[in-house]
Amino acid sequence: MGREQVSYTVEQLVALNPYNPDMLPDLENHVNEQVSSQTYSLDANLCLLRLYQFEPEKMSSQIVARILIKALMAMPAPDFSLCLFLIPERVQMEEPFKTLIVLSHYLETGRFRQFWEEAAKSRHLLEVVSGFEQAIQAYAVHVLSLTYQRVPRTVLAEAINIEGLSLDKFLEHQVANSGWALEKGQGKGQLILIPQNEFNHPELKKNAAESIPLEHITRIFPILG
Amino acid sequence: MAASYEYDDAPGGYDDGHRQPQAAAAPSQADAAGYDPNFVPDSVKSFVVHLYRHIREKNVYEIHQMYETSFQTLSERLFKDTPWPSVEAVAHYVDNDHVFCLLYREMWYRHLYARLSPTLKQRIDSWDNYCSLFQVVLHGVVNMQLPNQWLWDMVDEFVYQFQSFCQYRAKMKNKTEQEIALLRQYDQAWNVYGVLNFLEALVEKSMIIQILDQEKEGLEQFTATDGYDYGGGSNVLKVLGYFSMVGLLRVHCLLGDYQTGLKCLLPIDINQQGVYTSVIGSHIATIYHYGFANLMLRRYVDAIREFNKILLYIYKTKQYHQKSPQYEQILKKNEQMYALLALCLSLCPQVKLVDETVNSQLREKYGEKMLRMQRYDDEAFVIYDELFSYACPKFITPSAPSFEEPLVNYNQDAYRLQLKLFLYEVKQQQLLSGVRTFLKVYSTISLAKLANYMEVDEPTLRTILITYKHKTHAIDTDGKVISNADIDFFVDDDMIHVVESKPAKRYGDYFLRQIVKLESMMNDMDRVKLE
Repeated sequence: MGREQVSYTVEQLVALNPYNPDMLPDLENHVNEQVSSQTYSLDANLCLLRLYQFEPEKMSSQIVARILIKALMAMPAPDFSLCLFLIPERVQMEEPFKTLIVLSHYLETGRFRQFWEEAAKSRHLLEVVSGFEQAIQAYAVHVLSLTYQRVPRTVLAEAINIEGLSLDKFLEHQVANSGWALEKGQGKGQLILIPQNEFNHPELKKNAAESIPLEHITRIFPILG
Repeated sequence: MAASYEYDDAPGGYDDGHRQPQAAAAPSQADAAGYDPNFVPDSVKSFVVHLYRHIREKNVYEIHQMYETSFQTLSERLFKDTPWPSVEAVAHYVDNDHVFCLLYREMWYRHLYARLSPTLKQRIDSWDNYCSLFQVVLHGVVNMQLPNQWLWDMVDEFVYQFQSFCQYRAKMKNKTEQEIALLRQYDQAWNVYGVLNFLEALVEKSMIIQILDQEKEGLEQFTATDGYDYGGGSNVLKVLGYFSMVGLLRVHCLLGDYQTGLKCLLPIDINQQGVYTSVIGSHIATIYHYGFANLMLRRYVDAIREFNKILLYIYKTKQYHQKSPQYEQILKKNEQMYALLALCLSLCPQVKLVDETVNSQLREKYGEKMLRMQRYDDEAFVIYDELFSYACPKFITPSAPSFEEPLVNYNQDAYRLQLKLFLYEVKQQQLLSGVRTFLKVYSTISLAKLANYMEVDEPTLRTILITYKHKTHAIDTDGKVISNADIDFFVDDDMIHVVESKPAKRYGDYFLRQIVKLESMMNDMDRVKLE
């Protein structure tokens, strides 16, 4: 049906007709596209997992693995769990899914050192997906900035798996673009100052809570007028 | 409270509990012998004649009375453990009206499912009847006005029968050759695509999403009239479309697709009264599934807020439903939602969000268990398992069985997977309650000292703190980070600073509501003066 209407994107097709088994090949192609072009569409991927759930004999392990890797890259969003909820347990007990579940577990529990060790062993699986490392690093930076005002250089290095000169370069970039600052620690090496946000600097939050959204005020417009 | 917590799937048990208890025990074979489908007692004749007349006259009030009261009374008196007379036997009393016959059969099957165990053939026939009924509605040939209660029951029953069919089909071990032959022959009956596409088509065709949008701009009335059409039109398609959004939420929850389920519900603003609150069953089903989906998505605060609201509502209003056929079901869902609330609060102790009344009910029911859940030892996991199994939806495997291999039961697979993943999440959070305990009593504490107290090394403590932050910060539908933490903290170098978050008092919202209230009161008084 959607084939003649070339102007529709896969996302639009999913929105128009979310329960259409004929879309399966398009959705599979779309996963491969996401893998190479660093784009991401959770809804389309859930739609595909749903079709696999309805017709398990059509499931492609390779595609499911790719969906799961993309979901890992979407951390801190809970996409990985959302996908697992739809994948039969017996499939989850096979490789490469077992490994991916372990990787997800390390990320969920903040164990970045173990994560990078395990990821190094599965490079063949992960390097197919472009932007994987950067995405995980972004997640690590995200949780660190929720947690720390000033973080020791070694802790950061372990979380993003970058050391030495590369780390200096990374920091330089963050200082220039994201408002980071560097400080000398008391004898223990460098401290990195992460810019304030409402989570590592709670005073910022209070002001936000006192505002009233416009749509609430519209309720009394008739009275005011 | 229910005696057994196990995930029971005996006949009459794998439902959502809205079957009568005697249904399982009803000896359908024996009674069937004395049942004559062609015998129509006078009271039934009078029932269908009157119902038919009221429907033609669009007398919603009378239809509602007959549907809610007379049908139940007659069922109780004459058809306690037999089906109602067949549609063929009553058709000539109602001019053989096609749509009325479809409606009658819908009720006929509903009654059968509630009181007897349907055979495979009956399940398939009921599916066919839904197909015919929905097709008539979708093609816009229906011009009647039906009570919301009835329209909700149709959607609710449709999804229930689908769920029941999936459970039935998944129990392959004891299937007879004849049953297997039927399953193969009618592989479209209760097919998951068919079910989803019907619900989706009802949403689409009814234009309900556009109607709700336009209502926000004041261009359309829907909620204000409870969905009824006072301009001579029909409410059937519109309201069925509306309830189908709740139906879709429920089907997706049964499939474990929580994200998509919540997306289907988005057009309904659950922060406000709406047509979904006009029928208690729909109100409860909406919030139960909304809350459950949010629990699985780790948006505990959203789940807690809505569970709190509806539990308070049920507490205050349940006496009015005592005579309703839904009463048992209301109580069952009430208990289940307390269990879900206990789970949410154990993972995210935001007790401040819970009303005093609800909280004291909760302590009474689950106070002791909640204390044990906080310990996160083996016994605690048993309780998490128990409460989840008791309160979760009856998950289904939507795919057809493989008829070739040795026949195995797979009716528990879907449930086991969801349970396992939930417990996995609980395990990931098991150290957080320990951190929380210490954070509560310090305003600042060094990493070394806390590590020492928790008997872990410093790098491990750092991972625990990161986990705490990650798990207490949910991502909302717009991708924004939302803090669910009751106790929060930040780390500066090697010092932890504790921040106790106080719930933001929404004075603005409070005043706005009072202004609206005052204005409407003044309007009322003006009107009184005139009369």
